[in-house]
Formats: sequence, C-alpha cells, structure tokens
Amino acid sequence: MNTLATKADPSPTKAATTATTATTAATTAATATPPRRRSLARIYWLEAKAEALKAMRLPAFVLPLFAFPVMFYLLFGIAMQYGAFGGVSMAEYMLATYGAFGVMNAALFGFGAGVAGERGQGWLLLKRATPMPPLALFVGKLAMSLLFSAGVIALLFALGLGPGHVRAPAATLAELAAVLVAGALPFAAMGLAIGYWAGPNSAPVLCNLLSLPIAFASGLWIPYPLLPAFLRQIAHGLPAYHYAQLALGVIGAGNHEPAVWSLLYLVGFTAVMLLLARLGYLRDEGRTYG
Amino acid sequence: MSAKDSGGAARGGRREGGSGRSGRSGGRGVVAELDWASKSFGKVKAVSELDFEMRAGEVVALLGPNGAGKTTTVRLLMGLIRPSAGSARLFGMDPARTEARMRVGAMLQVSKVPETLKVREHIELFSSYYPHPLPMAEVVEAAGLGGLEGRLFGKLSGGQRQRVLFALALCGDPDLLFLDEPSAGLDVESRRSLWERIGARKRAGGTVLLTTHNLEEADFLADRIVLLDRGHVLAEGSPDQIKARVAGRTVRCRTSLAAAELERLPGVRAVRRDGDLVELFAAEPERLVAALLAADPALFGLEVRGAGLEEAFLALTCGLAPAGHRQAVDANDQQAIDALDKEVA
Repeated sequence: MNTLATKADPSPTKAATTATTATTAATTAATATPPRRRSLARIYWLEAKAEALKAMRLPAFVLPLFAFPVMFYLLFGIAMQYGAFGGVSMAEYMLATYGAFGVMNAALFGFGAGVAGERGQGWLLLKRATPMPPLALFVGKLAMSLLFSAGVIALLFALGLGPGHVRAPAATLAELAAVLVAGALPFAAMGLAIGYWAGPNSAPVLCNLLSLPIAFASGLWIPYPLLPAFLRQIAHGLPAYHYAQLALGVIGAGNHEPAVWSLLYLVGFTAVMLLLARLGYLRDEGRTYG
Repeated sequence: MSAKDSGGAARGGRREGGSGRSGRSGGRGVVAELDWASKSFGKVKAVSELDFEMRAGEVVALLGPNGAGKTTTVRLLMGLIRPSAGSARLFGMDPARTEARMRVGAMLQVSKVPETLKVREHIELFSSYYPHPLPMAEVVEAAGLGGLEGRLFGKLSGGQRQRVLFALALCGDPDLLFLDEPSAGLDVESRRSLWERIGARKRAGGTVLLTTHNLEEADFLADRIVLLDRGHVLAEGSPDQIKARVAGRTVRCRTSLAAAELERLPGVRAVRRDGDLVELFAAEPERLVAALLAADPALFGLEVRGAGLEEAFLALTCGLAPAGHRQAVDANDQQAIDALDKEVA
C-alpha cells in the first residue's frame, strides 16, 4: 500500500553495459554538429519500401486484391466464350475492365483501410510527431498502390495473352497497361478521403460498400452496353466508368466519347477527394486519440 | 515555473496584461515551455493555464491520475495540438516546426503499431527522418533489442514492443525525449527493464519529459515531479519534496462528529467521510488522535495506518479546492484513486 518510500534499485551491471551508448549520445548532443541534410529521396524510398513490405506480408490484404480480379477475369473473360464484343474479343475487352476493377480496389483499400487503421490506432500521430516530411506518408502509400496495381495488371495480362489469346500490337498493350496503372491515382485520393473520415473498423466496410456497386454500375463486371438502361444513366456520373472508358478507348472498344472529358472528370474527382481528405486531416488535428 | 512551490501559485497568479507571456520567452537552457497554456476539447478543459518550463539535462515527470491532463500537456509541447489559449514553445520555436521536431523523440500511447514490419525496418525508417540519427547498432543496444532486429513487430512480447517504441523515440538522437506513459500495461520485469533504459539516457545527460500515474516510476526516474490533477498543477518539486509533502498517516474511525469539526482538529490535512466512517489525513497522527478522543469519547474502530499515494492526492486536492467544491472534488478523486489503487497494487 505504502509505496511512497520504496525506490527501485538501479542495477550497476546494466548501467555499465549501456555506458558506451550513453557517452556517445552525450557527445553527439553536446557538440554543435554542423547541420546535415537528410536525404528526402531516401525517406521516400524507405517509406515506399516499408508500405510495400507491410502490405505484402498481410495475406488478408494481398489475397483478395489479386484473387477477385483474376477469378472474375478467368470466369467471365476467358472461360465463357462470347465471341467478339465492341470490335474486340471478350477476353480483350474484359482485360481492360477487370484491370480497372483490380487497380481501383488496390488503391481504394490500400489507402482507405490503411490510413483509417493507422490513424485510429495512434500510429499516424506518432509519425506526425517525427520530422517526417508530411508528403512521405502519401508518397509511400501511393508507391505501394501503384506497385500492387502493376502486379494485378501484370497477372491479368499474362492470363489474357496466354489462355485468353488476346492479340494486339505491343504499343497498344503498353498504353493500356499504363492507363490502367495510372488509374490508381483518383482512387487513391478517394481512399485517402475515406481513411481520414471513417473509423478503423468501418473503413474497409465502407470501401467494399462503395467499390462493389461503383464497379458494377460502371460496367467493370458486365460490359456497359449490357447494363440495364437506368444503370447506364448512372454510370456517367461515376469515376470508374470514365476510368474504364479511357482504358477501353486505348483498344478502340469504348463508347467513343471524347477522352478529354473523361480525363477532366477524373482530374476533378481527384481534386475533390484530396480536398475532402485535407478537411478530414484538419478535423483530426484538433482531436485527441484514445 | 520551477521556482514556484505549489499549484497555489500557479493558479493564483493570473496573467497580467500578457506581460508574463513576452517577459520570459525561452531563458537560457530552456528547451520546452508552456506559457499559461489551456486546452479545451468541447466543454472539457483538459489543461488549464499551465505554466511550465524544462531545462536541458532535466528529467521531469508529469504525475497524475487518468484525466489529469498529462497527455494533453505532452501533445501541446510537441505541437500535435494547438493550445486554446496561451502558447507552447520547443527550443524557442513553434513546436510544430520540422526544425523543432528534428530535435525531439517521442514515445506516445499507440494502441497498434504496423505488425508486419521487422524491428530493423521500423528503426531504419524512423532514423531516416532525422539529420543525425544514431547508428542502428547503438539504437538496438540502447533499447535492449539485440537479437530481435529481424523479428516482425507482431511477433514481439509486450515489453519488447514497448522497447521498440523507445528505440523509435531514441533513434534520431533527440535533445529532448517525450515518454507518454512509457510503462503502461507492462509487467514488473518489463517495466524495470525499460526504466533501466531510460535511466541510461538520463545518466548520459539526456533531457526527458515523462508522464506516469505511478509515483514509484516518477520517483525512480525524475529529478523533478510535477503533480497534475484535472488540468492544474497541484505541486511541484524534487521527488523528496513531493514525498515529504505527501508524507503522513491516515486515521480511520467511526464517529458522529461533523465534517466541519473534524477539519478543525490539529494537523488535519484532509477529511474523507462515508456515513459515520471517517478518514483523516494528517502529518502527526498522535496529536490528532488525542484531540479526536477528547472531542468524541464515543468514537470506535480507531485505526492508524501509513498513507499511500491516494491519500496524498486527496490531501493535496482538498488543500487547494475551494470549500464549496470539496464535495465534488472528493467524488472526482475517488475515480482517480481507484485507478491509482490498481496501479500501486
């Protein structure tokens, strides 16, 4: 009960072992060391590496990310033989749409669930307490999202070019892959907004609730021309639709709307999402954790 | 506020036309200061007109029960939250500036750390943020993580996890180390091990601000203890001074005497009453017991025992609270005391 007077006994052996460390630390602190610049490139690189390793070692994140687009593409794009569609084979058409689906999920979940989780657990606060450049976190997560997007696309392309018998000029395929991977940007922004507004438990649920209907109504699962009329109306207001149209445009299978409008739409969407994320971040600053 | 002897001064001395603010901006060797800083979250005032200063080489413990404002104080000093009134400065600058953060390391209360990174990867990343990081081997040694560098964070024990957080605070070789509840949730052995690490930092001349609700921890590690309660400074001084202030005995008995009469008895610092069961906190119990028996010959169940931290808090809180608020203070204190009881036990 009365603990006022008890004092822990400092262990002399331990003190001796840490003495070297102690002296070095003291010297470094005492001498006025000339200002040395830290390497921003190295911070960004390590941040990206940490994000990638962190996600890669998390089967609950990686498996669905690769399994769903691959499974759907194998079933609907390759196994079922519809013949030609929109001037290209179904396997080629769906390479674009399921590619878009895979990238959208990689970016949305990587950012949405990742940021919300780390924010809710106080981890982001600890990082904010360090001199970490504020952009490093986003650069790291974005690099991770792009990496995973590229992984999904590579896998789908291997299936498309192999069992799917997709045949197209190399330049076209390269352009398609580039457009698909770049599509990670607007959805990363959307994930970031979700991450700053949703709680750690609700964020993954919210990502699912948003991504599945958006993907369906945008024609990522079933080609746009086959959608019911009312969904085709809605599609034009959805980011995934414009994204898919940009990708389909590369292989000449889209709705032949001006690509610049889709591009403008996506740029605007990204800006709005970043603004929302910024507001969420500011809201966070005035609040306590835990 | 190092010279002020108690919270009475801190609470009594109101700001006069803001002269206190400009008159004392960063004296020599001052590394961190709060200048009449307050912080409210909605209606709750977490910290109230806190005037606080830390000098290089000092190890200061913010001691207080849950909800005392310790974490808020640390976050104000680190620029993680902005004061509602007053100001916070680190090394004479805005604590949110990167230049200030480069000289600071922090161990905050984090409920979860990314588990799929290895210890080495965590340290490497955090080290990269600082211009003069310590070599990896030195960080690992100082935090007692030898042999665990290749282990995933998720595979570590509670004590090891806490030491990784300590390593992350240390890796930038900071001039000032913030440790918010460093030993919360640790078993006795892990706690001792962490204390030794912090003690080594102290012997090396490091400046440390730690928060704790464990007097033993504050006593073991700190040169100076600041006792906080509900956002106010109750007392401040060396661990010995704090212990002297709180030294005393608890006298328990069942009596019909009114609280007002009990308070007038010699040497009574605090009264806690539950029906006819009364607890008195006093520096010299002998005189009190004599007076008590004289005042109420019918009293029974007399008991005198050593006072723990909870009595100390009660005494200090009651000593400062206005008489009208005493009841509320007591009720509030009980929660704090319950929390403390668990900690002390």
